[in-house]
Amino acid sequence: MHLDDEKIIFLEEKANDIRESIIKMLLAAGSGHTAGPLGMADIFTLLFFHSLNHDPKNPSMKDRDRLVLSNGHICPVYYATMAHAGYFPKEELLTLRKFGSRLQGHPHREFMPWLETSSGPLGAGLSQAVGMAIADRMDNGLNAQKYIYCMLGDGELDEGQNWEAIMLAGKEKLRNLIAIVDRNNIQIDGFTEDIMPLDNLYEKWQAFNWHVQEVDGHDFVAVNTAINKAKSVFEKPSVIIARTIPGKGVKEFERDFHWHGMPPNKEQAKMALDELRTLGGKIKSEHK
Amino acid sequence: MLNPKLKLNPKVWNDDVEQVPIRKGFGEGLLAAGELDKNVVALCADLTESTMMHLFSKKFPERFVEIGVAEQNLASVASGMAAMGKIPFISSYAMFSPGRNWEQIRTTIAYNDRAVIIAGSHAGISVGPDGGTHQAIEDIAITRVISNMMVISPCDAIEAKKATLALAKAGKPAYLRLAREKTGIITTEETPFELGRANLVYSPDGIAHVGIIATGALVRHAMLAAHSFEKKGIRVKVLNIHTIKPLDVEAVVALAKETGGKIITVEEHQKIGGLGGAVAETLSEHFPSKIIRIGVDDVFGQSGTPEQLIKYYHLDVDDIKKAITKILS
Repeated sequence: MHLDDEKIIFLEEKANDIRESIIKMLLAAGSGHTAGPLGMADIFTLLFFHSLNHDPKNPSMKDRDRLVLSNGHICPVYYATMAHAGYFPKEELLTLRKFGSRLQGHPHREFMPWLETSSGPLGAGLSQAVGMAIADRMDNGLNAQKYIYCMLGDGELDEGQNWEAIMLAGKEKLRNLIAIVDRNNIQIDGFTEDIMPLDNLYEKWQAFNWHVQEVDGHDFVAVNTAINKAKSVFEKPSVIIARTIPGKGVKEFERDFHWHGMPPNKEQAKMALDELRTLGGKIKSEHK
Repeated sequence: MLNPKLKLNPKVWNDDVEQVPIRKGFGEGLLAAGELDKNVVALCADLTESTMMHLFSKKFPERFVEIGVAEQNLASVASGMAAMGKIPFISSYAMFSPGRNWEQIRTTIAYNDRAVIIAGSHAGISVGPDGGTHQAIEDIAITRVISNMMVISPCDAIEAKKATLALAKAGKPAYLRLAREKTGIITTEETPFELGRANLVYSPDGIAHVGIIATGALVRHAMLAAHSFEKKGIRVKVLNIHTIKPLDVEAVVALAKETGGKIITVEEHQKIGGLGGAVAETLSEHFPSKIIRIGVDDVFGQSGTPEQLIKYYHLDVDDIKKAITKILS
């Protein structure tokens, strides 16, 4: 589906709102991950407000596309986007990680049944997405209309199970499977290329018989075009390696791996919210 | 005497009793389940024939997925298929599934409450010549500790077939423990089978002096040991626990009460955490009893014939007889 200028502005504003929600959630929770959720806000916004065939008012719609979040620790962006899309009230976002909340520290579908899966332990999401894609093809053949999206972190590609799943998807030629890798180059202990080099990631996926694209993960048009292209590939599963900036939207957080697993304190949150509300100083904040 | 209500195999005492691998019952049950429900699917990690899954994969190739030697993927792909309404059975050797892929089973199957059935073949030390790496003697412990998970350990091929058919309809995650070796047939097609309900397979008339609680391929051993005491006027009842979790607490406690708290557990598994552990936990809470656990005693297995290994690790009929004598003294 084409993105017109009006829609792009809408998505940009929505992603900004979602980033604000993420900061507020993490501050209220007092723990959690900051960099990944901010970095993936644009892609989640595009998926939930443009790409996915879903219905927030009817979350169990039978023919919905499936979204599997493999790197469960970035769930603040998942929850925030779901709330903004209308799955549940935005006020509930402030219950993140608190006792009795549906917004568990890592996603658990027993608490929120319309999550497609639970996640947190890394490396298992793609296998489940592969299973969903195979099952749907068993039911609907090559004409299967659903798409199974799997969101992966780059650091989690250290887990060998991913490569088991990548091999199987290539063997099965799963055209209904689209993996999106958050290539932000950080993981908890540092930069990915220091911890465990992943490059050349593009060629690795290609060698396993996947259709590979690499895009700027903050460019709505580029990501949208890549998704459309992925859908046009018939004989292979697709992966979109989305180059993102960890902590995107808050200059002080960007590209600093220390923000991988750390929440902002009150001062940092205030600074971050100010920055987001003024679009990085471009406009005068009405909150100031 | 055999419990007449259970319509057991009258030839169970004979040396030439029909011997069938328990895993074969699984293969036949899976094929039958596949015929009954088109949502039944099967996935295997490169051991299709060994685990008897080939009976299904040959008949329903379009519903079979060959995963390759990748047990972690095996478990999680099945979880994804269950999320789409399938009823997946996955098979490998028990050492590798649920051994190697334990966390995938916990998180992607049990935590998600997806009805995947994990069939672990070659469980126990009677695997034989392959040696200790391939002899799963910890699998009951590591599966029964997982919430949402049922643990099933059939005593013969016929029971394994019934268990497989029942699990296809149960709608819950389950571990199905299967032995490799040929095992004497105890039950018949007419023997009742209900998940979670233990069967008193051997019950001499009158109040029992000793109760044996056994599971899997050693149930017949327990019956042979109990039978040998009947002539001496010592009544030993044998409870077949095909469902280790949820345990039939009522039946276990009833047998303990009847015997004044004299219980022997028998399994081809570590004493730690297996059936013996489950029974000890239950009875210490409901009816503290004297318990002798027959099982592998905190060591690994090794190569040998099944008979040699059963003897060496003290799991044989004679070892059960000794335990009966000991618990009565």
